[in-house]
Amino acid sequence: MSVLVYIEHAEGSVKKTSLEAVSYAKAMSEKLSSGDVIAVALGLISSEELAKAGTAGASKVIHVIDSKLNDGIIQAHAEAVAQVYKKINATTLVLAKSSLGDAVASRLAIKLGSGLISNVVELPDTTSGYKVKRSIYTGKAFAVTQVNTDHKILAVKKNAVDLRTDGPLAMVEEVNLDISAENFATSITSTDKATGEILLPEADIVVSGGRGMKGPENWGMIEALAKELGAATGCSKPVSDIGWRPHHEHVGQTGVKVAPTLYIAVGISGAIQHLAGVNSSKCIVVINKDPEAPFFKAADYGIVGDAFDILPKLTEAVKAQK
Amino acid sequence: MKILVCITHVPDTTSKIQFTDSNTKFDKNGVQFIIGPYDDYALARAVEIKEQLGASLTVLNVGEAETEPTLRKALAIGADDAIRVNSFPKDSFFVAKQIAAIAKQNGYDLILMGRESIDFNGGMVHGMVGELLGMPSISPVMKLEIEGDKVKMAREIEGGKEYVDAKLPLIAGCQEPIAEWKIPNMRGIMSARSKPLVVVEPTADAVVTDVTSFILPPAKGTVKLVDKDNVGELVRLLKNEAKVL
Repeated sequence: MSVLVYIEHAEGSVKKTSLEAVSYAKAMSEKLSSGDVIAVALGLISSEELAKAGTAGASKVIHVIDSKLNDGIIQAHAEAVAQVYKKINATTLVLAKSSLGDAVASRLAIKLGSGLISNVVELPDTTSGYKVKRSIYTGKAFAVTQVNTDHKILAVKKNAVDLRTDGPLAMVEEVNLDISAENFATSITSTDKATGEILLPEADIVVSGGRGMKGPENWGMIEALAKELGAATGCSKPVSDIGWRPHHEHVGQTGVKVAPTLYIAVGISGAIQHLAGVNSSKCIVVINKDPEAPFFKAADYGIVGDAFDILPKLTEAVKAQK
Repeated sequence: MKILVCITHVPDTTSKIQFTDSNTKFDKNGVQFIIGPYDDYALARAVEIKEQLGASLTVLNVGEAETEPTLRKALAIGADDAIRVNSFPKDSFFVAKQIAAIAKQNGYDLILMGRESIDFNGGMVHGMVGELLGMPSISPVMKLEIEGDKVKMAREIEGGKEYVDAKLPLIAGCQEPIAEWKIPNMRGIMSARSKPLVVVEPTADAVVTDVTSFILPPAKGTVKLVDKDNVGELVRLLKNEAKVL
């Protein structure tokens, strides 16, 4: 018996959200005696980097070294993970919720005949049946959901458990699989991706700007604060709709849903659709010149005042406390 | 070309979420239901493809009789006919099985739906349908162009997008900015009344998951305001009180 964790990597490193999924699996295994936590990684990445999955709780990493798996081809990834899952007689698959993770997990649910729960926020409770708490209504509520199948897939939301960093390095086993051609029916021709930036869906701190920033030329102030905090930058829907910022920075109901430890909203009034994208944040700070802005009702801390005056001071204050 | 668009019938994005019956049922009182916003993007793109290339466009919902006004709205926006699978949508797996059964029967070239429903946010149905039908499933798709039997797509990934080439038949979970939402006009609304809406019974299937109860998040305390001339105090609070720095 074992738990398999599908881990993703980018720019040569295992994603932090995937390491969190490993820690979730480890905590789950300790609680439910689910056996070894084994991670699976696909495509080109160094063994040294993969061994670090051990620090988060994996005892072993199975590395499928097929270079055709470097790209995130959804069907091929699902097939590879299914083969590894069966090979190690796993009973549960854990993965981090992500663009690729969701797409792969849904196909695996059919391949493995498993009940699948997405947006998982807590460890399973097995006192009566196998129940998992998940976030629904875009963070406005939770559903306790019972899984009735023997095999289970849990897609874990960011911050569901604390990341472990104290485990020993994992053993890495390289394997080759036979993934048939029909799984490569789609191809990725190119990628257009911000590099070297902290990615919004994975960031621990997010600084977002709204229409109160008055124009894209003023984003330097948002970026300066974000840089000082090691944060990702986001924006409201109107800001991405009018093209001040790219769509992948749009935070909200129909954009990116974030769950950072700290979310700082500058010049965003706080429409319910924006709040839906940030309500899983641990701590929310709102800076707005309108004291009646609805966002203050959802905030932990607030400053009523002019963003252009406050942002540079805040950046300085963050720098000073380091 | 035959296109199927699967839509959800979900509470409007401004709805206050509440539960009844000891937190086991969603409280529909005072809630307005809409086509899922992501499904609305999928439908809008399907109508554009129909207008550009010529296609039949069927819209499908798994739901009880109360979802018919939502299906009629999709017909008013431009679908040719509608299918309602007469059952409460029990879970992603159940819904995927119903869609796959209809698709097997009717043979669609392109199946579009939203990247996720905005009630349960699973984002899993398109992939499940893809696996059940042995077709590629791509999500979340923000651009989709058809050239012959080739499909060129942009898929959103963390921090950007990747460009994906595939062939029909195909399933895609859609999101903005794949198309602009379409508002039905008077002619559309009138013609929707007489377009066919077929009700079919679900294929029997065991449910793999059950929601046993709902929980609302704890109410947020009042905001702690910091004076605009004392910004350093905010940093101190974030560091020492909230412990997030």
